[in-house]
Amino acid sequence: MPKCKHMEKLNATLEQYEQYRKFIIYKDKVLALGNDSLEKTIAIAVSLCLVCAVLVSFAAVALKPLQVGNKADDMKKNILDVAGLLEEGANINKAFSDKIESKIVDLETGEYVENINADEYDQRKAAKDPAQSIAIPKDKDIAHIRIKAKYAKVFLVKENGAIKSIILPINGYGLWSTLYGFLSLEADGQTVQSINFYDQQETPGLGGEVVNPKWRALWKGKKVYAESDQPSLEKGLISEADIGEPALSLIKGTVDTTKAGSEYQVDGLAGATLTSTGVTNLVRYWTSNEGFAPYLKKVRTVKEVKS
Amino acid sequence: MSAILNDETKKVLVTPLVNDNPITLQVLGICSALAVTSQMSTSLIMALALTLVTACSSAAISAIRNHIPSSIRIIVQMTIIASMVIVVDQILKAFAYDVSKQLSVFVGLIITNCIVMGRAEGYAMKNPPLESFMDGIGNGLGYSLILVIVAFFREILGSGKLLGIEVFKLVKDGGWYDPNGLMLLPPSAFFIIGLIIWGMRQWKPSQAEKVEYKIMSIAHGEGGHH
Repeated sequence: MPKCKHMEKLNATLEQYEQYRKFIIYKDKVLALGNDSLEKTIAIAVSLCLVCAVLVSFAAVALKPLQVGNKADDMKKNILDVAGLLEEGANINKAFSDKIESKIVDLETGEYVENINADEYDQRKAAKDPAQSIAIPKDKDIAHIRIKAKYAKVFLVKENGAIKSIILPINGYGLWSTLYGFLSLEADGQTVQSINFYDQQETPGLGGEVVNPKWRALWKGKKVYAESDQPSLEKGLISEADIGEPALSLIKGTVDTTKAGSEYQVDGLAGATLTSTGVTNLVRYWTSNEGFAPYLKKVRTVKEVKS
Repeated sequence: MSAILNDETKKVLVTPLVNDNPITLQVLGICSALAVTSQMSTSLIMALALTLVTACSSAAISAIRNHIPSSIRIIVQMTIIASMVIVVDQILKAFAYDVSKQLSVFVGLIITNCIVMGRAEGYAMKNPPLESFMDGIGNGLGYSLILVIVAFFREILGSGKLLGIEVFKLVKDGGWYDPNGLMLLPPSAFFIIGLIIWGMRQWKPSQAEKVEYKIMSIAHGEGGHH
């Protein structure tokens, strides 16, 4: 029996060798052909495509884990940044899993959705999938995004069990591109902590200044919703009834902090009126009833007025 | 050393820098020179990527140049160039994620950069791989040189920075320099490249094109219809 096995092996090897020999002969024959013969043209085209396809697929597959890792790290870095928790040199993954909680929110009802794994949910992908997205009626689409995902992924920073900041994903059209970013609000769902944009193609130096840390710092302490002139409670504490419509906007020039209403205004970007308008619109859109208003109503901590 | 750098290799490496610069003399690759030069860092990466792609694709095309059927010559070159560009793009995304985000689509557009194609068709199809590789490096460096010069002026005049480091303190941050917003927009690269080309041709008049025909003055012309 073992002899027979050896024979089989030998036969198989011989056969392989024979095929290899045939291939070499064919290769030499083709290479010797005139460059303009049909056979050579096809053979060259096919083999070149094969070689290039192998090269490209190898690069794509071999580098994929690194690229996916980069993307995920970048996203975590952005979220930590907008939450004000980004420390130079700290381990991003550890900081993220320690401090940030991801939650899925149904935009329409404002309720948490528990049966979706928040770690795996990709809101941008979902927005492109007809089954998981909603078309936005034209008159309400001030951010010019046309479609939104049914469920949004929000991030919470908690301290001793109480919410410290609420981080909302936002996007909308600027001048050249859709800007994607995060808006971080304090527990009252009203005061801005920070904003950042992680994906945008606005003009570098003009609209592209949305990523400038100095400009972003101007957002701290601004208010997204108009508050009633006569607060029902003492200053700084607002009741549900006092919170009005989205009011935050970028203005031309510099905000005069001495004037009333300056808490709803942020300096516009110099030389980038259209990007500034886009940012105003997208912040207003995502804080409206179309966006996160129903959710914020549920989670924000404001003192209710007893009637 | 002298064995590698023989006269031909030296020539193909050095002439594209000034005497036969792909941007200023051949006026190729202008599109990306406008797009990525608002900052030094993106320009440097773009220059590196283009140099690598030109060199490697020229070498690869040169290696098989005797077997490329002339009827599918261009598409064979394009396939090789496109593959190289995708590989470079993938490598950037894996190892230089932030830069690849800034360059976005422009790395992919190296495929359509006329310099790469021009060197493949004009040099690699007729010369051995090593020389073609060096020719690719030389032309890539010639492109890089102009890119870096343009980016230098655009970044320093447009945002008062170099490689992201503040050089001129801006008025809005309490300094003295009021940046020129035009420098951040693509047309400014046209002006700078135009000025460089003008300067080059003043310096080396042989680079100026000959006047192809002269418009006759009316006094000597025939004028009117017959």
